[in-house]
Amino acid sequence: MSTQDVELDDLYREIILDHYRKPRNKGRLEHAEMSAEGLNPVCGDEIRLELRLGLDGRIAEIAFGGRGCSISQASASMLTEDVKGKTFAEARGRIDQFRAMMTEGSAPPQDDSGDIESLQGVAKFPARVKCAMLSWNVLQQAMSEGAASAPGKDDGNE
Amino acid sequence: MLDVGRIRQDFPILSRQVHGKPLIYLDNAATTQKPNQVIDALTHYYRHFNANIHRGIHQLSEEGTEAYENTRARVARFINAYGTEEIIFTRNTTESINLLAYTLGRQRVERGDEIVLTQMEHHSNLVPWQILAQEKGATLKFIRVDDEGELVREDFDLIGPRTKIVSIVHMSNVLGTINPVTELAQRAHAAGAVMIVDGAQSAPHMPIDVRALDCDFFAFSAHKMLGPTGVGVLWGRRAMLESMPPFMGGGEMISLVGEQTSTWKELPWKFEAGTPNIADVIAFDAALDYLEGMGMGAVREHEIAMAQAAMERLGALDGLVIYGPKDPQRRGAAIAFNYGELHPHDVGTVLDRHGIAVRAGHHCAQPLMRRLGQVATVRASFYIYNTLEEIDALVEGLRETERFFSAEAAGARTK
Ligand SMILES: Cc1ncc(COP(=O)(O)O)c(C=O)c1O
Repeated sequence: MSTQDVELDDLYREIILDHYRKPRNKGRLEHAEMSAEGLNPVCGDEIRLELRLGLDGRIAEIAFGGRGCSISQASASMLTEDVKGKTFAEARGRIDQFRAMMTEGSAPPQDDSGDIESLQGVAKFPARVKCAMLSWNVLQQAMSEGAASAPGKDDGNE
Repeated sequence: MLDVGRIRQDFPILSRQVHGKPLIYLDNAATTQKPNQVIDALTHYYRHFNANIHRGIHQLSEEGTEAYENTRARVARFINAYGTEEIIFTRNTTESINLLAYTLGRQRVERGDEIVLTQMEHHSNLVPWQILAQEKGATLKFIRVDDEGELVREDFDLIGPRTKIVSIVHMSNVLGTINPVTELAQRAHAAGAVMIVDGAQSAPHMPIDVRALDCDFFAFSAHKMLGPTGVGVLWGRRAMLESMPPFMGGGEMISLVGEQTSTWKELPWKFEAGTPNIADVIAFDAALDYLEGMGMGAVREHEIAMAQAAMERLGALDGLVIYGPKDPQRRGAAIAFNYGELHPHDVGTVLDRHGIAVRAGHHCAQPLMRRLGQVATVRASFYIYNTLEEIDALVEGLRETERFFSAEAAGARTK
């Protein structure tokens, strides 16, 4: 069997494997203000996100936990780096862009460092799109629940 | 011994390629491939005698009715039922079990009663009972699974005076475990309970004799035993089926219909409302013919050999853990495992690129996954057309997966 499989290398880009092996912001937050958990019903993978906002209403801290495959773990790791320091409205924009990248094959955000872009290859593996989307859906859920319970924190700029 | 080389020629799909590699199909516990005989029977029906059955007085309808009822008679022989009228066609195992929950279950189960299942049930033999128990205020009890993947025998005592139904998987779709159905049926009967067997994995892979099993109901799916999708079987003891109310009402299942009430047809048609899946039932006959031609004893022998070889060769990989009984005589050829830290999804994707189809996930058995302390597993499941060479290819594919994800390989790829 040959190791040379271009599409497979494209799915598992080195950046993805790096995030998988050395996840960023993995663990629990001491003083989390919002959190949500999500499940991928296909495989039972779970992702938990915890958030704390700064006085400026931006996401000051974010951490993820749970078990999953390389794609879902790497995607969650990248998400935490991507949305840290952003307002809810900005984060929602990132979620929309990410979803479009996965389901419509659109381009990654312009200011992306290259991490998010590395997940582009996943769009060619329909069975794995759910893995990549999981943490982004959880973020959306955490923010809408958080916004509902602490309306003052949301900048309302939708 | 099966002549696997000859058998493979009957399965056109086995000569196709996946991602440029020959298909190695190891997802047989999910559904099996179909031989030409079954595919031909299906198109033959549509080409030559398509008509609605049990109603027309014309030639086509009579031929169709005869073929449909022929399959029923063959199914009855295949599982050694007491009579042909005890065979009811449904859509699948899931519908067979739901039929029981909605008819027998509603009739027999009351507040405070108990239904005994096991920790290794497929969701289709769990969720229907949850719905019933919630509706009736009854309780579900679970026979535990031990570390070897066998049922904990002392939990058989859960079957007691409050037990109304015992419903148990014959062969686990994850662990492969073959459960002691006869013994459990005797326990159930001693307690005055009804014994139901989920035979979705056993009927395709070993000889079935419902009289020897001593159960009251037995459910299975055609698509897991070379047959088409959309056909399930429910076998039940005649007296019990007769005392049960119908499941669905409509055409075909009635005898006399008034404005306010109706009377039901006799068995088995009382439980087959509406136009049934005629074409697929007729094609299922060809699948059973194929299996009987080999002999279910020979099928079982082949799978014991496959399970043994697979466990030996997979088990030789460092860090690979196989779930379920180690003795191939005590299990079927569905083999669930995890390989080191590799996630089943990642394994499944890489194997797929090698043309190897396995299942990765919770296998519709989430409570069992929790018992095993796993979120998911990889499952390779074998059937009559699988070879020892395919096991070797699986092992090689797993080695490849391990190399692919190992840290040493980092940097070998430049992206
Ligand atoms: C043990 C067991 N029970 C029930 C089922 C459900 O079968 P079906 O999906 O054909 O209803 C399956 C297969 O998925 C199974 O393996």
